[in-house]
Amino acid sequence: MGALLDVKGLTVEFATRRGTVQAVKRVDLEVARGETVGIVGESGSGKSVTSYAVMRILDRAGRIADGSVAFSGLDLRAADERGMSDLRGREISMIFQNPRMALNPIRKVGRQIEDVLRRHAIAGSMDARARTIAMLEQVRIANPEERYHAYPFELSGGMCQRIVIALALACRPQLLIADEPTTGLDVTTQKAVMDLVTELTRARGMATILITHDLGLAATYCDRVVVMRQGEVVETAPAAQVFAAPQDPYTRRLMRATPRPGATLRGLLPEGTPAPPAMRAPVAGAGAPLLRVEGLVKEYPRQGTSRTWRQILGGGAPADAAPFRAVDGLSFEIRRGESLGLVGESGCGKSTTSMMVMRLTDPTAGRIVLGEDDIGAIPARRFAASPHRRRIQMVFQDPTDSLNPRFTALRAIADPLMRMGGLKGRDAIRARCEALAELVGLPLDLLDRFPHQLSGGQKARVGIARAIALEPELVILDEPTAALDVSVQAVVLNLLEDLKSKLGMSYLFVSHDLHVVRLLCDRVIVMRQGRIVEAGSAEAVLEAPQAAYTRELIAAIPHPPAGGKAVRASESVADARDPSAG
Amino acid sequence: MRTLARRLVTIVPTLFGVVIVTFLLTRVLPGDPAAYFAGPTADQASIEQIRTALGLDRPLPVQFAAYVRDLATGNLGNALSTGQPVLSELATRLPASAELTLGALILSMAVAIPLGILAAVREGSLIDHACRVVTTAGVSLPVFFTGLLFVYLFYYLLGWAPAPVGRLDVYLSEPPRITGFLTLDSLLAGDLEVVRAALAQLALPAATLALFSLAPIARMTRASMLSVLSSEFVRTARAAGLKPRTVVLTYAFRNAMLPVVTTLGMVFSFLLGANVLVEKVFAWPGIGSFAVEALIQSDYAPVQGFVLAMALLYVALNLAIDLIYGLIDPRVRLDA
Amino acid sequence: MSEIPTALPSLAEPAPPAPARPATGFAAGLGHARHVAASNPITGLAFAMFAAIVLAALLGPVITPYDPLASDTAAALQAPSRAHWFGTDQVGRDIFSRVLVATRLDFIIAVSSVALVFVLGGFAGICAGFYGGWTDRIVSRISDTIMAFPLFVLAMGIVAALGNTVTNIVLATAIVNFPLYQRIARAEANVRREAGFVQAARLTGNSEMRILLAQILPNIMPIMMVQMSLTMGYAILNAAGLSFIGLGVKPPTPEWGIMVAEGAGFIISGEWWIALFPGLALMLAVFCFNLLGDGLRDVIDPQRRT
Repeated sequence: MGALLDVKGLTVEFATRRGTVQAVKRVDLEVARGETVGIVGESGSGKSVTSYAVMRILDRAGRIADGSVAFSGLDLRAADERGMSDLRGREISMIFQNPRMALNPIRKVGRQIEDVLRRHAIAGSMDARARTIAMLEQVRIANPEERYHAYPFELSGGMCQRIVIALALACRPQLLIADEPTTGLDVTTQKAVMDLVTELTRARGMATILITHDLGLAATYCDRVVVMRQGEVVETAPAAQVFAAPQDPYTRRLMRATPRPGATLRGLLPEGTPAPPAMRAPVAGAGAPLLRVEGLVKEYPRQGTSRTWRQILGGGAPADAAPFRAVDGLSFEIRRGESLGLVGESGCGKSTTSMMVMRLTDPTAGRIVLGEDDIGAIPARRFAASPHRRRIQMVFQDPTDSLNPRFTALRAIADPLMRMGGLKGRDAIRARCEALAELVGLPLDLLDRFPHQLSGGQKARVGIARAIALEPELVILDEPTAALDVSVQAVVLNLLEDLKSKLGMSYLFVSHDLHVVRLLCDRVIVMRQGRIVEAGSAEAVLEAPQAAYTRELIAAIPHPPAGGKAVRASESVADARDPSAG
Repeated sequence: MRTLARRLVTIVPTLFGVVIVTFLLTRVLPGDPAAYFAGPTADQASIEQIRTALGLDRPLPVQFAAYVRDLATGNLGNALSTGQPVLSELATRLPASAELTLGALILSMAVAIPLGILAAVREGSLIDHACRVVTTAGVSLPVFFTGLLFVYLFYYLLGWAPAPVGRLDVYLSEPPRITGFLTLDSLLAGDLEVVRAALAQLALPAATLALFSLAPIARMTRASMLSVLSSEFVRTARAAGLKPRTVVLTYAFRNAMLPVVTTLGMVFSFLLGANVLVEKVFAWPGIGSFAVEALIQSDYAPVQGFVLAMALLYVALNLAIDLIYGLIDPRVRLDA
Repeated sequence: MSEIPTALPSLAEPAPPAPARPATGFAAGLGHARHVAASNPITGLAFAMFAAIVLAALLGPVITPYDPLASDTAAALQAPSRAHWFGTDQVGRDIFSRVLVATRLDFIIAVSSVALVFVLGGFAGICAGFYGGWTDRIVSRISDTIMAFPLFVLAMGIVAALGNTVTNIVLATAIVNFPLYQRIARAEANVRREAGFVQAARLTGNSEMRILLAQILPNIMPIMMVQMSLTMGYAILNAAGLSFIGLGVKPPTPEWGIMVAEGAGFIISGEWWIALFPGLALMLAVFCFNLLGDGLRDVIDPQRRT
């Protein structure tokens, strides 16, 4: 018996204003019955487009230019639209990124599952509802009878993804295509969702294609991995082999760039990079406390902001009048030259904390002391004019959003110099900006470009240059690499480390990813529901977590086996390999 | 029911605003309201008399209280031309305007929504281009001009339409007044000849108004259908193999209707305004032409009454639109 | 500091292609506009029509073949001919001359009302969206109250109360358009209030006023410009409509709305040209502004195309 899905020489073209672009080039892909295949690649690798082409749901501008797609021996390229539509949902299903958006916002979720069941004649009008509720039970939704009547906006992101899974598996298809199914979900939710998908598909003997940018996720859940880059397949091999001994140089680079246990910051960079050892230059006054936060509290009134917060709290928040405490009595210290990591899942209050320390939001209670000065006493509205403003700066999460679309890179970097640096004269400003650009590794000819003419990594460098322009004492890094591909993330993290030792700054690094935090930080604080769950040295927290929540958090992170020469390689491989796969 | 009550509370400030604005238009703006209300032929003595009678020599808050009291008792003053109270004049003419506006709205929705859906589903096709031309032309045509073109074409040249002089041929007798809508009343009376004649009179003005309101509805339907069709949940529905018909009608259309329903508020605003112009062109005996006649005679009480009546009508229509929106969208239903 | 501290590898991802030459601000916009005009002939046509309208408004009175106010009862109600391209009206005035001369008045009414509301509505909206709180509540309440009236009806009421002049037509048209501008400006300012680049500007020591003027305003301008072009058409329609029912401009001043009103009575006796030509001029002008608005929208944001 042949493969369930056999894709040969698939080429997909998109008609754009600049002419035809090949998003997928001569891709071969085979999926056997019951097998889980991962398609891994960074943005623009064509991994999603490949799956859309298989399903024939490319948007109007895209078309399959060449190649063949066979499913159970059936030629999908030749199938007519009606035949394809019969196949979709019944034989091949898909689950998508961003589950909340993937559901019809104004139709009850139960009805949406019913629509699929009835479409493929799995259920008639009599038993559709009972089958839907049974399906909801299978995806572990509590109170399925009640949830049947819920609308997507009443459910959490993780719950919505369960509904989408129920919808996809309702008709017992043979192949499930999961397109970044957990991107945007917290790690603990991610683990729950992925475990559920694995369990259900295995019980049904289904084949799965898992499309992801996360090597760790692919390693944990896949039998075979296909690595794609710029529309082409660069490597196809069993998962264990790809991670233990990657053949293609790109795969090797990608492997190295993925933060994982045992990796070092320098180890993320491609082999042969002439990076100097990360020597920590002694900072003047190192070890003395730079920032002291005491009993920090931030409350939000429940009325008015109700909807957003109710979603964060997970649906059934009591409608009492007590204000919601986003940050609940937080105290910590950052010493000069130190990096402190602030880790937690969405809604834990880490971003609110960083906004308060940044003096963009006023705390409800508590003190924020920088050096000797109680900067928490200065209202956020007036802080822009304060002499302390230049001492704390920030690198934002989304490099695109943090740059004014109508300012050039030069103008963005020059802004703090002109406002607070007291720098006058075109030439002086330009010279200083060029020096900063060199410092962050931004080619000088890019300084006159607008943000939309720069890549994500280049925009990140502009944002960093702007933050360090006045040589601040403390820089807050708010998920500075969350929007970047791993290879770019590796470079940016290294850059940040170099800048720190060179300029003697301290970092407050806010992130959801413990592995990334460990690479850059000396100490880590784990937050949950506005409180500190655990604090300690980065190594200690990761290696021997004390709090149950931290242990859960660490266990939920999928990680690829550390490849190559890294320590504990064999052990990690054994851990990560799915015991029942292969 | 609770939603309705809560929504009713929110229109209180709007109504208050409307009353203040009409009060400002009547009493406070430059010019002499007493002279306005006395009419162009009045002499100085009668103007003074009216000034005292209207209480215009008293302080503004007192005037405002008096104005609100007048409104509450339905006293909008008298129309000079007929000597009748403005309120009863408006009441007798309102059905004619309502019949015209509603007829136009139904006509334009019946054409615009299918057109917008088809244009979005077959993007780039002939029907899409047709939709584009119709919508751009529709918003560019002054209604009074289209009305005149229709009259020239269908009455003078082709002779298909009756003379543009009101709601019914003078030789026919009006059916007993029940709803005030001639088409409905004659249907109820079982007089088919009158039904036909009333529809014939209604056709041109309603078509004129419909052509004007068609553009924003079709445009919004097309745009919101396009954005919904490219949304992620429609992709999910497609990937689940749902029939194109189900995807377009059950999934996309209902979501796409939300912005269209909101647009209806704006369409009503246009329609009620354009109504005035169309009534003048077709000598339609509605409240619009009544106001225009009063305007020409510098008889301001009916004009103010007309502005106030239109505003109240429009507030009521917007309320209805909001309620319909709540019926479609569960998100609004739960936390208003 | 002159050397690069660490020889970091160049980024793996490709950068978007660089523009052929470093175009900045206005030049880039103009170049883009030319590109759009070339790739979309309809927008090109709209630009040409706009130029024609401006030319007619500037030169109208100089190039008319007849005096637009001179009556000639001997030549009354003549159909279009070589002598009178658009025919003559009931007192023998040349319609072509009148239509041409009217361009200036209609154009001035539209431009000044739109400019007025652009400044007032835009300013109020940006402040409401950026500062929020009481500013927002008061401004939004004013808009809501205006929006509670059917717009044309409110314009009628305002002109009737203020008096029958061209200035009041401009004022009334501006007032009824106020909510539209205010709401767009408010929404655009509001989404940017907490945007990353605005937060970043706060960190670099910009005062709130400076952020409003230097960071937010330039980003809102393009959308407001599109709105301006789209409402120009509506402003002309509104003014002509008011004139049509006898408000504002008084006869015998040539104005498109009045001229259509004057011709209305002759339609049923077959003298179509009196109403047709001013009506056509009106229609073409509005059509031109609408096309222009759509075209500008494409220049600024291709995704927003509808």
